[in-house]
Amino acid sequence: MSQDETIELHDCRNAFASALEALAERDPRVMVLCNDSVSSTKLTHFAERYPDRLLNIGIAEQAMLGMGAGLAIGGKLPFIAGAACFLTARALEQIKNDLAYTHTNVKICGVSTGLAYGPLGATHHAIEDIAWLRAIAGMTIIVPADPVESAQAVEAAAETEGPIYLRFSRMGVPIVHSPDYQFRIGRAARLRDGSDVTLIACGTLVPRILEAAERLARQGITARVLNMATIRPIDRDAIVKAVAETDAIVTAEEHTIYGGLGSAVAEVVATAGTRFCPVGTLGIPGVFAPTGSAEFLMDYFGLTPKGIVNAAMDLLARR
Amino acid sequence: MAQDLLKLKRQATDIRKRNLRLIFEAHHGHTGGDLSAADILTVLYFGGVLQVDPDHPKAPDRDRFFMSKGHCSGLLYTTLALAGFFPEAELSTYMQPLSRLSGHPSTHVPCVEANTGALGHGLPIATGAALAAKLDGTPWRAFVLTGDGELQEGSNWEAAMIAAQQELENLICIVDRNRLQMMGRTERISALEPLAEKWRAFGWAVCEVDGHDHVELLEHLTHLPVAKGKPTCIIANTCKGRGVSFIEDRAACHHRVPTEAELNAALEELDAACTIR
Ligand SMILES: Cc1ncc(C[n+]2csc(CCOP(=O)(O)OP(=O)(O)O)c2C)c(N)n1
Ligand SMILES: [Mg+2]
Repeated sequence: MSQDETIELHDCRNAFASALEALAERDPRVMVLCNDSVSSTKLTHFAERYPDRLLNIGIAEQAMLGMGAGLAIGGKLPFIAGAACFLTARALEQIKNDLAYTHTNVKICGVSTGLAYGPLGATHHAIEDIAWLRAIAGMTIIVPADPVESAQAVEAAAETEGPIYLRFSRMGVPIVHSPDYQFRIGRAARLRDGSDVTLIACGTLVPRILEAAERLARQGITARVLNMATIRPIDRDAIVKAVAETDAIVTAEEHTIYGGLGSAVAEVVATAGTRFCPVGTLGIPGVFAPTGSAEFLMDYFGLTPKGIVNAAMDLLARR
Repeated sequence: MAQDLLKLKRQATDIRKRNLRLIFEAHHGHTGGDLSAADILTVLYFGGVLQVDPDHPKAPDRDRFFMSKGHCSGLLYTTLALAGFFPEAELSTYMQPLSRLSGHPSTHVPCVEANTGALGHGLPIATGAALAAKLDGTPWRAFVLTGDGELQEGSNWEAAMIAAQQELENLICIVDRNRLQMMGRTERISALEPLAEKWRAFGWAVCEVDGHDHVELLEHLTHLPVAKGKPTCIIANTCKGRGVSFIEDRAACHHRVPTEAELNAALEELDAACTIR
């Protein structure tokens, strides 16, 4: 990714950890569970400050998610933090039954999402988590793009009753939101306007669609840029507007193209579209990713400004 | 016998040294857990325990070995390369882009039977493999190496009950009992003791060995099954990071990559220990 060298990159896990600590200070109900993952969730400081409110339960994700439900039933506000690959896959039935179906007030905080654990291989890539959880009734799924949004998402999750999945990468990202940004669950943020194409992304792909929009502008193509931080419930209005007001939609996500953001957007376009609007979905194309650094894999799958520009041009050529 | 033991000792040292270089070059790896299990893998692959053949890695009657503590892929790959399953030179591609030597075991590598890495998968898989061998009346066995922290996953105990029920005496679970997991001591996070009694209560034949003593390991691993009609659990008492004084028994060394100075000091220490005794 050709980024200005001077742009500072941030690890959203830090914003998550600070926000959680601030929340714990105000709300005595806050309780954190980890699966031997205190340092990889950046919660070491939290653990030192609140030794009784962070419990490393060991390597037992199913029990951990079930306990989360129990803590909530007992009046606590549990945040469960760990590598997204294990939290979601291993404990999926607990998430379905104990969190969503029972509608308990549990927040799942998956870190090192997408391809972040690139070299560790496909067991550690979390590229199906959105799809799995999106299929479950009553789940809210939030994929913050930068530290500003990450901190606000923690707050919003605490204020909203019910099970919520928060997805934090470990890949360095630039700040894309101004300090006066107001994150709202279920509401896309329009970061740039245009009338030719709409670029929609979440998480680490947001700065990349912004950069793609910049490059498209140089070729005389104007792009609307939406940060779709909430995947469920999806912002239908923003998508319907994009269909009405632009000629194509390109989605980009650090996730499989089956069942994630791209699918969610395409479902709205297909059922609520007022006019023909082709959708291109960028992501991991239904394969287990090979080994390689996260940066390498992002390039490998074309999850780059260049890949996004090409996808947009291809769709617009059909106009 | 003494000759053989000396050979094994040298082999274990070679594995540890090559393993450390692998981690250093890749800037990634699980140093503590690799060194912890190095003697176990040495005995399995070089002590004549596992019936596997580099020339026929898919031979139907081979023993199946499952590296359930898949984060220790560095040790597994190093051992397999030195045992001739693939060229040693390939080790330099560990965790590099598009390498088959992925950060957790990959079945693209000869003699790797399952893509482990999410903890708590090896024993259920090995139980299924052992059942297949039993149903077919074939003599091969299923071996699995688990971490001790890994035993906090309930899936292990589900499989343990089934294996006992099915009387899978061709199933051998070796526990790398180094008493450390990622964030600290197992006994302070979710205690496992009395571990041997747990396995016995689940219907297994259990023996405890010094997991760095090749004689003891060989003694038990070449006299299987330990009890007729029962799966075997070998609790191998180990030291995480074994062989390098400044890595040994430290939680922080779970996945800390040594610096160049540390690597050199470690290689020297390993060489010295191998020549003295
Ligand atoms: C299901 C699952 N949860 C969490 C992890 C992350 N993890 C990798 S290694 C490890 C600690 C393992 O400790 P132990 O089993 O004792 O292995 P060893 O000490 O031999 O390294 C953890 C928590 C994982 N790989 N899989
Ligand atoms: Mg251990």
